[in-house]
Amino acid sequence: MSSFRAPPRKGENFELAADLNSEYKEKRKDAIKRVIANMTVQKDVSGLFPDVLKNMQTDDLEQKKLVYLYLMNYAKTQPELVILAVNTFVKDTDDPNPLVRALAIRTMGCLRAEKIIDYLCDPLQKCLKDDNPYVRKTAALCVAKLYDLKPELVIENGFLEQLRDMIADSNPMVVANTVAALSDIHLAAVAAGVPRDQFPITTDIVNKLLVALNECSEWGRVAILNALSRYTAEDAGESEHICERVVPQFQHANASVVLSAIKVVMIHMREINSENLVKTLVRKMAPPLVTLLSNPPEVQWVALRNINLLLQKRPDMLSNEMRVFFCKYNDPLYVKVEKLDIMVRLASDNNVDPLLSELKEYAQEVDVDFVRRSIKAIGQTAIKIDEAAERCVNVLLELIGTRVSYVVQEAVVVMKDIFRKYPSTYEGVIPTLCANLDELDEPEAKASLIWIIGEYARKIDNADELLGIFVDTFTEESYPVQLQTLTAVVKLYLQKPESSQGLVQKVLNTATKDCDSPDVRDRAYIYWRLLSTDPGAAKAVVLSVRPPITLPRTTVSAGLLEELLGEIPLLASVYHKPAETFVGQGRIGADSMQARKGSDLADDRLATQKALQTVAAGQQAENLLDFDDDVQNDGQPSGLAATTIFSQTPAAANLLAGTSSNPLDDLVSIFGNASLTATPATPATGLGGFGFGGAPLTPAVPSITPTSLSPRPPQQQPAQSGQDDLLGLF
Amino acid sequence: MISAFFIFNQKGEVLISRLYRTDLKRSIADVFRIQVVSNSDVRSPIITLGSTSFFHVRANNLYVVAVTKCNANAALVFEFCYRFISIAKSYFGKVDEEAVKNNFVLIYELVDEIVDFGYPQNSETDTLKTYITTESVVSSNIAAEESSKITTQATGSTNWRRGDVKYKKNEAFVDVVETVNLSMSAKGTVLRADVDGHILMRAYLSGTPECKFGLNDKLVIDKNDRNGAGDAVQLDDCTFHQCVRLDEFDSTRTISFVPPDGEFELMRYRSTSNVKLPLRVIPTVNEIGTSQVSYVVTVKASFNNKLSATNVVVRIPTPLNTTNVDCKVPLGKAKYVPAENVVVWKIPRIQGGQEVTFSGNAQLTSTTTRQVWARPPIDVDFQVLMFTASGLIVRFLKVFEKSNYQSVKWVRYLTKASGSYQVRF
Repeated sequence: MSSFRAPPRKGENFELAADLNSEYKEKRKDAIKRVIANMTVQKDVSGLFPDVLKNMQTDDLEQKKLVYLYLMNYAKTQPELVILAVNTFVKDTDDPNPLVRALAIRTMGCLRAEKIIDYLCDPLQKCLKDDNPYVRKTAALCVAKLYDLKPELVIENGFLEQLRDMIADSNPMVVANTVAALSDIHLAAVAAGVPRDQFPITTDIVNKLLVALNECSEWGRVAILNALSRYTAEDAGESEHICERVVPQFQHANASVVLSAIKVVMIHMREINSENLVKTLVRKMAPPLVTLLSNPPEVQWVALRNINLLLQKRPDMLSNEMRVFFCKYNDPLYVKVEKLDIMVRLASDNNVDPLLSELKEYAQEVDVDFVRRSIKAIGQTAIKIDEAAERCVNVLLELIGTRVSYVVQEAVVVMKDIFRKYPSTYEGVIPTLCANLDELDEPEAKASLIWIIGEYARKIDNADELLGIFVDTFTEESYPVQLQTLTAVVKLYLQKPESSQGLVQKVLNTATKDCDSPDVRDRAYIYWRLLSTDPGAAKAVVLSVRPPITLPRTTVSAGLLEELLGEIPLLASVYHKPAETFVGQGRIGADSMQARKGSDLADDRLATQKALQTVAAGQQAENLLDFDDDVQNDGQPSGLAATTIFSQTPAAANLLAGTSSNPLDDLVSIFGNASLTATPATPATGLGGFGFGGAPLTPAVPSITPTSLSPRPPQQQPAQSGQDDLLGLF
Repeated sequence: MISAFFIFNQKGEVLISRLYRTDLKRSIADVFRIQVVSNSDVRSPIITLGSTSFFHVRANNLYVVAVTKCNANAALVFEFCYRFISIAKSYFGKVDEEAVKNNFVLIYELVDEIVDFGYPQNSETDTLKTYITTESVVSSNIAAEESSKITTQATGSTNWRRGDVKYKKNEAFVDVVETVNLSMSAKGTVLRADVDGHILMRAYLSGTPECKFGLNDKLVIDKNDRNGAGDAVQLDDCTFHQCVRLDEFDSTRTISFVPPDGEFELMRYRSTSNVKLPLRVIPTVNEIGTSQVSYVVTVKASFNNKLSATNVVVRIPTPLNTTNVDCKVPLGKAKYVPAENVVVWKIPRIQGGQEVTFSGNAQLTSTTTRQVWARPPIDVDFQVLMFTASGLIVRFLKVFEKSNYQSVKWVRYLTKASGSYQVRF
């Protein structure tokens, strides 16, 4: 048959047409197969429509299926001709063979031609009441297909009521498909903005579903479990009952059944008052979750992403199971990265030693990205567990000892975080770090080391020498390094004015005169002003004590977490983002996102902003997808425009200007005033009257209050990383 | 749910394309080709662009891809992809480009039957084979009555079994296959040791037999103490084939089921306590200066000396700049494989209690890079028959059937490792 895929000969369609009309049965069937093969590789065979159609009337089931397959593809393009097929379809729905009846009704639903729909209702009515469960289950889904095409018809014909009655069907497969169809209709109705709930789930329905749950196929179970998760129990007793009935599904071999069952239990657990019962349920959840890790890597990954969410809700859930998350050497990278994250979540006083030796092991592997993440994980462990901080620092020192460039650089970045959390504790490490100065070539690592030198300038004897190196190459460095050098030198000057007078003069001069970044220049002017007008204020600003950092227990806000737990194991819970950010017609726009933000809790800000970024990115991506279409103009800003709009929406502006209350911000961008380009508005007000070359020492500057500067909100960075996350998944 | 299903070959050519919903166009396949097949740095099995998500799974040289436009059930989609692969395997032996091309008509029939409107339907191979066959079925040949039987089975509560199975000799084979996962630190402490167990059953039983199955696990023994807990095995968790009545297992801890006809996986379990490691590996690896690495690797079989480990393959990593390794082994064959940077030491058989030692020296060339050697772990593959690392034993398998026939049962145990028995050095 591989010959069917031979390169096109001249007039192939002509030959096919001849064969389709052949007097020999076998030849006709062969021709149909060739037509299908061509269709698969996206050759246009729509011209053969009438010829293929002639072969529909046959006893041969295989041939019939092939013709149907062809029809489903081209019915839309040839609506006039489809009508010719209707007769056969309708006849087939009366066939004594249930397989033929089901096939006919299944295919008719997929034809999607306006003309044929009117002929669909009567046979569908009949098939919904068929004696044979196979036909009924197929007909149930056909209602959903019809709703997708023409909702009015479904409602006019009373198919919805009929479906609701079918939940009581004696056959579990029929029940499962009915539930799937109703849920599908429900979702479509919600998306279309139909106010009425098309699939209200009542106590009566729940009881029927619980009975069917144990008997139907694995896929049916997923549909039923999904429906159960939408139900709001009347009281705690009912919730308990549902949980009890669902728990046995934890033992199912199919990962999607297990995860869906966990979702149902997580949702209904909220209503249960008995502490003990909740504990038992959570305990029962742990082993199946661990078992999911023996699945193929893709399923493992889905499981790990969901475990990550579950741990944010119940951190103690897998406290004794850290070892199963140890990475195997041949795990795919995406699995390893998730495992790392979970290991840090599970880290505690008891298991920190094996964890550290694991992480050290990973830090010596080959994949640079993974190595970096492992080192980051060591830093996070140090910040999370005070008692283990010293051991973590020792491991980091050992790693620095390997002198592998990217290991050293990442370790330096991580050390900076540790200094933030435990100020003045590990100063003994500083000489080792400074010894590796020459190794560093990445901006982030350089900036980190410079920050450390500036912060501990008092204790480092040759701080002026070290910083001098960077001042000499100032104009060649990247902006973050320049900003950091500037700040560090000023810190040094404020602590040791006698030895660094020249240095600070030099750096301010270079920054204001030779630097092409307005941010660097602006900051240099501010420092210059501060130093020349009020050294006391300068000290208060530059040497202010920063709040200590902590490891956030959750990566999503509490409200979003609950929402996502209700979406296990759907895409939303895999991405840790609300579904609106990546699905739906036109998806959620920036405006509605803002409205959403208004109603949310304050700590939702970060999530909202991430979501906004996602929306912008998504809109761009959508445009990429539609490359073969005319650009649809639906009023939504598209492409790059969307990004611009985004940064101008009031929501975004608010976010950028707001002060930081989220600890994550501090962690992500540790130096309050270095890594960022602040909102243009802030420095502009202070520096409005400045020229470029003019002597900048005029004292008549509007005074700049320290508070407006020192805890500069590092908002932009997290937003950036939000987008990185998303892109990282691609 | 699933909007489209594709199979691509290595080059990104579409072999199978089936759209289940109209929210997508066929040309969406091109997007996948650009984003995944021709992209060398794919770091996630799900890719979402706009509102379109691509789920892909690799099988041999193929990409099996499901596309969705909604907030789809990710676990379900991947399970479905893997189920499709296993169905395809049981239909035409292997799943590769050749097989897909040769059977594309059959595959279209299959994907049409197992998914409707994006919702997976019947995916039990046994049932599918009754009405989707490699020979064309002529409608008039099967009586309507027979196809009603098929459809009843396809939708019934035991949709995995035909009712009319008949065997002259009623037999059931049970294979307990345990895969040991080990990671041991350089100091010889066990970082992680656990057992993934699979209980495979081949049932050749007539009629509709009702089976009860018992193991020496703690789950059962908790309930009836008289067996004594001495040799009970603690199972961390187990999952069952869909034929097992989960509610009954939950309430009474009995494993009862009506088996599908032929081969199936009855149960999977996991055990982490008291794992008996069949092979001990003691490596001593020294880097002598920058030009040599010396190896002494001892493998010790620590099980009963009546048993033996077969097909033992020890993979000992060498530095990337190795030129040659001289190997000395008392048993089997050892060879340096430059392409993989390992010494592969193959031992056809090690008797229980035996101890064998590999010694060798790797010669290195000088390099300019200062990159240290990552020292990947030593990996051991092996099989030990009639041995379970967890200590699990099948206590009984009872078969009840209306006609009350006698049945013969066979039990076999196998412990193996492939790619997950790792010792660091």
